[in-house]
Amino acid sequence: MQKEDETDVHATTSNQLGVKVVRALLVAAATFTALWFGLGILSDPTAFAGTPPYVSKVFQALIAIVLGVAGIWTLFYAGNTLIEALPDKATEFLRPYLFVLPAVAVVGLYLIYPTVGTIATSVTDVPEGGGFFSNYADAFTNPEVILNLRNNLIWLLIAPAVSVAIGLVFAGLVDRIRLESLAKSFVFMPLAISFVGAAVIWKFVYAWKPAGQDQIGILNALWVWAGGFLVDWGILEDVEPIAWLQQIPLNTLALIAIMIWLQVGFAMVILSAAIKGVPSELTEAARIDGASERQIFFRITIPTIKGSLLVVYTTIAIAVLKVFDIIFVTTGGNFDTSVVAVRMYQEMFRFRNFGQATTMAVILLVAVIPIMVVNIRNLRRQGIGA
Amino acid sequence: MKNRTWLALLLVLGLVVAACGGDGGESTTTEGDPSATTAPSEGETPTTGGDDTGTTTGPGESTGYDHLDQALAGEFDGTTVEIWAQWLPESVEAANFTYTLEPFVEATGIDVNFQPTPDYETALQVAVDGGNAPDLAQIAQPGKMHQYADAGSLVALDWLNADKLGSDMVPAFFDLGHHNDTLYGVYYKSDVKSIVWYPIQAFADNGYEVPTTWDELVALSDQIIADGNGNPWCISIESQEADGWVATDWLEDILLRTAPPEVYDQWITHEIPFNHPEVLEAADYMSDIWFAEDYAYGGSTYINATWIGETQDPMFAEGGPDCWMQKQAAWIGGFWGANRDFIAENPDASSDEWPNVPGEDVDFFYFPMIEEEFGTPVLGAADMFVMFEDRPEVRALLEWLATPQAAEGWIERGGFLSPLTTVPADWYTYPNDGLSVMVQNATTVGFDASDLMPATVGAGSFWSGMIDWVAAEGENTEEVFQTIEDSWPG
Repeated sequence: MQKEDETDVHATTSNQLGVKVVRALLVAAATFTALWFGLGILSDPTAFAGTPPYVSKVFQALIAIVLGVAGIWTLFYAGNTLIEALPDKATEFLRPYLFVLPAVAVVGLYLIYPTVGTIATSVTDVPEGGGFFSNYADAFTNPEVILNLRNNLIWLLIAPAVSVAIGLVFAGLVDRIRLESLAKSFVFMPLAISFVGAAVIWKFVYAWKPAGQDQIGILNALWVWAGGFLVDWGILEDVEPIAWLQQIPLNTLALIAIMIWLQVGFAMVILSAAIKGVPSELTEAARIDGASERQIFFRITIPTIKGSLLVVYTTIAIAVLKVFDIIFVTTGGNFDTSVVAVRMYQEMFRFRNFGQATTMAVILLVAVIPIMVVNIRNLRRQGIGA
Repeated sequence: MKNRTWLALLLVLGLVVAACGGDGGESTTTEGDPSATTAPSEGETPTTGGDDTGTTTGPGESTGYDHLDQALAGEFDGTTVEIWAQWLPESVEAANFTYTLEPFVEATGIDVNFQPTPDYETALQVAVDGGNAPDLAQIAQPGKMHQYADAGSLVALDWLNADKLGSDMVPAFFDLGHHNDTLYGVYYKSDVKSIVWYPIQAFADNGYEVPTTWDELVALSDQIIADGNGNPWCISIESQEADGWVATDWLEDILLRTAPPEVYDQWITHEIPFNHPEVLEAADYMSDIWFAEDYAYGGSTYINATWIGETQDPMFAEGGPDCWMQKQAAWIGGFWGANRDFIAENPDASSDEWPNVPGEDVDFFYFPMIEEEFGTPVLGAADMFVMFEDRPEVRALLEWLATPQAAEGWIERGGFLSPLTTVPADWYTYPNDGLSVMVQNATTVGFDASDLMPATVGAGSFWSGMIDWVAAEGENTEEVFQTIEDSWPG
């Protein structure tokens, strides 16, 4: 009796299993066919011939979204069903790998493979007769590259520190005011603007017109207007519009200001949250002990939010090392403002000099690694992403 | 039990492979696709492949080009050709080219998909690298054509009736379309850069005369300053990604006038160093205008900080010109004074309707010769079309672009100079009637040297060197030219 029951149960499960496997296979086959046709449509330039361009773009986007989402879902679903056909132990063992596999494959294909390829190109695509490292030797003896590296260093020294400092001051100040969220929104807003957009905006802010013409750049308009009074009062002899983007070394500082404008909001939001997380027992105890507000800020608040400060600093530092858009849009890297990333673009797309371009990429990569390490270690210490 | 385990494992693997295969298919299907698009849609006789049968089936007479004849007979009706060019969307050039293409579309039924493309050189390179190259693309720099041809990206034009093209086209341009003795590019549009624009009425009011020699040019410049009429020259070079090319044009134009043509050619091929004494001498002539006190409006900051489309704005100032002469090719007319805004709103207007009509408000003179022994050379540039995808209708369009009909519409709109000798002289109106004469009188036609140099120099250190030179107001000539020389690849 008991025995019969057992076999019965077994029979049903194996039946269900069969159904599951068949279903999974059908889903897989359907997905494969859909992918095949969908990608066929996507890669066929004449698929939407005769329709207005925006219609075809919308359709392409829709197909891509449906294929992407449905494809991933069925992939997991089918894979999971198949794995469940295995003995329990094997299922438990394999399941995490199944779910991680697509992510690993994507990271490998789009991150690790290009990185390895870039490093390989930088040592193999060398000028005739050059050794493995001749691209690097050329780079570090080229005065232009030295200048780019120097500019990167200037950016790295100024932009993150100033962004964090201003962000911290804002965070500390808005903590006390009534319209906190409104004030924060204003400072935060630039963060929503792309680097290219910001660069275009600031190109207008910095615009220069010769003296006597209407100044269309707000900075020069203000300067010439205010300078006019200074001349009238005899403080200045003459007022000339300032070529913010052409005058060395003012131009690099002007460009760094754009980056700071973009990043202050980010620093402020994170630091403001951190300040709110400072236990009030600490500040109250300090207050009772007679500490001034300034002492509380520097001796209690800052040491408590040290971890957040470090995260913000390193995150901005990484963004700064990779800076490209701001410089490319405003000065095109001219007037001694170029950095390694701009040079990389020029070597790659304008000069078709793959060896030098990949060398620049590797230099950037190596420069970013230590900051990444600090950042990740710090996150671990805080228990985030441990 | 064991069997089932293996089966399941195999199936999982198969699924993963299938999914990956689906992904990878994206890039390979593009290659195979064009064959599908050659099939005509409306019951026409299908033409398979592109074999030169030489039969002309059309009612009209033969154009001398096989595929074009077939196309005019309607054999490729319903097909599509994609063509790219650097003329910016909504620019006069793009509007004119679209207009020019209309007769071809009407006569053949081939749908020409013209894509004016911003950030053109990068966009084209990326498309080619990604296997998404357009069927035909305009190229301004011959060096780029050589690069693409070397990389095997281009379709050799060995099927084209070279005898006809060779006899129809100015020989220098026909030769320039070749790479290793194989034809790859068909020149379509040429530009003469050796001209200087000036305000007609203001010149007359002040009794200024058009200079015909370099000395007269310098004397006139001094006269303008002495008369208290502002600065004689409008010069600026800011041009976004191509910052600096206006300066390289100046230097090249002067070098053609101060050195024999051989020196110019050797300079391009680097048989002589970039900073050869002859070149430095040309640079000295150039700095006599660019950096002489009060010569250039707004000084070196204006030169470096002002966009090339706005260079001449002070020439159109309300109280009379603040700068008087601008060396720039004929396209600049579209950017004069109020023309810029007017054209943005009325892209189809002909140049007669512009607020500042070329030839009425502002006219041009030939950038004068310097040393008599080198005569009256002309610096030119030109755009060619190259072919990335080989289909009969693409061949037909390329052949059509080599006929006078492909120039007619643009000539009618103005601002077009064809490299074809078969274009009737009386088609041309101002200013190209004058420019075509200038080309005929030229003792030498020099092609833009920076376009012919390796990109590292011609689109890199030469441009940035000129910018640095301007920033230092010409104080660092030797250093700048040495830096450019050092940057020469190899």
